[in-house]
Amino acid sequence: MTLKRAFWVVGILGLIPFLWAVYVRFFVHPDASNLGSVVPWGLHVAQYIYFVGLSAGSFLLSSLVYVFGMKRFEPIGRLAVFTAIVTLLLALLTIGLDIGHIDRFWHVFVFVNPTSPMAWMIWLYTLYLVLLIAEFWFLMRSDLVIAGRVPGMRGWVSRVLSIGSRDTSEGRITRDMRWVRILATIGVPLAVMFHGGVGALFGVLASRPFWNSGMFPIIFLVSALASGGALLVVASAIFQQGWKAHRAMILDLGKIVLGLLLLDILFQISEALIGLYGSDPGFVASFELVVAGPYWYVFWFLQIGVGFVVPVILLATPFRRDPRAVILACGAVVIGFVGVRLNIVIPGLSPEEIRGITQSVTDPRMASSYFPSAWEWILSFGIGAVGLVLFALGDYFLPMTRHLPPTATQD
Amino acid sequence: MATSPVSRRDLFKRAGAGAVVGAAIAHTAVAEATAPVRKHHWGMVIDTRRCVGCEACVIACKIENKTPPGVFYTVVTKEPLAGSTTGKPVFMTKPCFHCENPPCIPVCPVNATYKRKTDGIVVVDYDRCIGCRYCLAACPYGARYADFGDEYDLLPMAGENVSPEYKQYRERVPGQSPIGNARKCQFCMHLQDEQGTYDREAGRWPACAKTCPGHAIIFGDLDDPESEVATILREHNAVRVKEELGTEPSVYYLL
Repeated sequence: MTLKRAFWVVGILGLIPFLWAVYVRFFVHPDASNLGSVVPWGLHVAQYIYFVGLSAGSFLLSSLVYVFGMKRFEPIGRLAVFTAIVTLLLALLTIGLDIGHIDRFWHVFVFVNPTSPMAWMIWLYTLYLVLLIAEFWFLMRSDLVIAGRVPGMRGWVSRVLSIGSRDTSEGRITRDMRWVRILATIGVPLAVMFHGGVGALFGVLASRPFWNSGMFPIIFLVSALASGGALLVVASAIFQQGWKAHRAMILDLGKIVLGLLLLDILFQISEALIGLYGSDPGFVASFELVVAGPYWYVFWFLQIGVGFVVPVILLATPFRRDPRAVILACGAVVIGFVGVRLNIVIPGLSPEEIRGITQSVTDPRMASSYFPSAWEWILSFGIGAVGLVLFALGDYFLPMTRHLPPTATQD
Repeated sequence: MATSPVSRRDLFKRAGAGAVVGAAIAHTAVAEATAPVRKHHWGMVIDTRRCVGCEACVIACKIENKTPPGVFYTVVTKEPLAGSTTGKPVFMTKPCFHCENPPCIPVCPVNATYKRKTDGIVVVDYDRCIGCRYCLAACPYGARYADFGDEYDLLPMAGENVSPEYKQYRERVPGQSPIGNARKCQFCMHLQDEQGTYDREAGRWPACAKTCPGHAIIFGDLDDPESEVATILREHNAVRVKEELGTEPSVYYLL
């Protein structure tokens, strides 16, 4: 399929500048980001919460199949778990390039601080990653064994991944699926806590009125589900047998995404109205930056236009009966949510905490304004390229479809 | 059966006495470990009426702590007060406020920042900090700075660039702490003696307060009723920034 080939080409071409930028990030210009002490979090933190949202969202939707037994969505169950793994890895990669001393990440497990939402988030997503990988392995195990019988590279990878497992009997598959159900069930509260924790990480900060709200963890969860669902639609349209094979399911997922989008906008409006009515100067300043600041177009075009109006029009009108329109709508959601994430992180930090502090010294690191540097952009797009390559690798090597009969051979 | 030289009654007595002594020792140890060992409460009163806006404090701090570009442990804001009719700026030097209830500390994922039990100074353990900058986001006063590794172009020509911070005398090496860490004012803690006290006469005094030509930055022990800061706080109506957040800053302002 040509789209898959495009994935490979774009991904591999993107890896070259990415690796170069990673080298520069660590060995040549560690200071090359445009962050500062007024806006200490920028493009990469926004990208990080974007990816963890996609991960939690697609995992929670996979629970429709593996916890709640909705067989309709079974064809994308594995793809959903795989998407959750890939996007979580991308999130970890992003934040690893952002923090000052990634070599000390293990400190969070040794120097335990239970009052830090960030620490909780890290502990929980570590567990979540282990659980995701275990669940995915049980899902694929018997198919890996079957695929392992094929000679060549694919067979070799399958043999390695099956970790010596040989059994392809029905009884063993039933036991596998019992494990999947157990892990997926544990995963649901874990994903809720973990992604709610990401929202809480922002929500607890009384210093940042734009974030300091009990709505934040909830909004994070809803927008994770909306964007994760949308990504699943896009992924299922491209991978496996493509959109024609998943027609009915894509239409169903479109309805779910529409509902979640509307719920998300309801929460966003509630948050904005309450904040504006309270007229906390910090909140109002952040809000003004979002809707009428230097990057107003990110809100109006990307977040509202691409991320909300276009998908709602496509999903709520008779277009919703055409899977191509649903895929387009979901692609728009996936892109538009980049704007949502940027507009959470940066405007929340930009307003002066002490009046005149950004004017008190002339230093780019003390500026209210922030625009990512060229290196930051290269890293960001490069991480996207890593994602494309991981998806392409997964599609090539892993059995993403349902259980194969023991006599089947790879296509 | 041979009688033991120690009767059972004695044995009980001795054991009892031992237990009491043991309990007493344990109790003292626990009390020592848990009792407030606070010896000082270092703080400041900043008299904005005396400040001429010369920013000598900013420079003195930079020279003392050898902070890199973009890192300022104190800055001077020049804004009129809210509701001012004249538009006349009020100069306000703004170090870390060393809050009694600092919002930056509970958020740290690795306990790298903490408030010293002995004197309330909020410090950063450079070797533990992972550089996530959560504390920068959590501080309501913009008192924390991220060291992104910038360098002054001409500084190497001026000689060595060793910061005395925390008496660690770190040389600035790319990729090594404090590069990549959160940094902040620590009331020039390296100028304390072994007892944890400063001495103004000997010049062991926070650089900003020592250098201020108008004596607008008054530093001292807020717990010592004889100190200049305590006296001023008794006699004047000082204010603290963003009281409503419950952070209890240790830095007061006179307007």
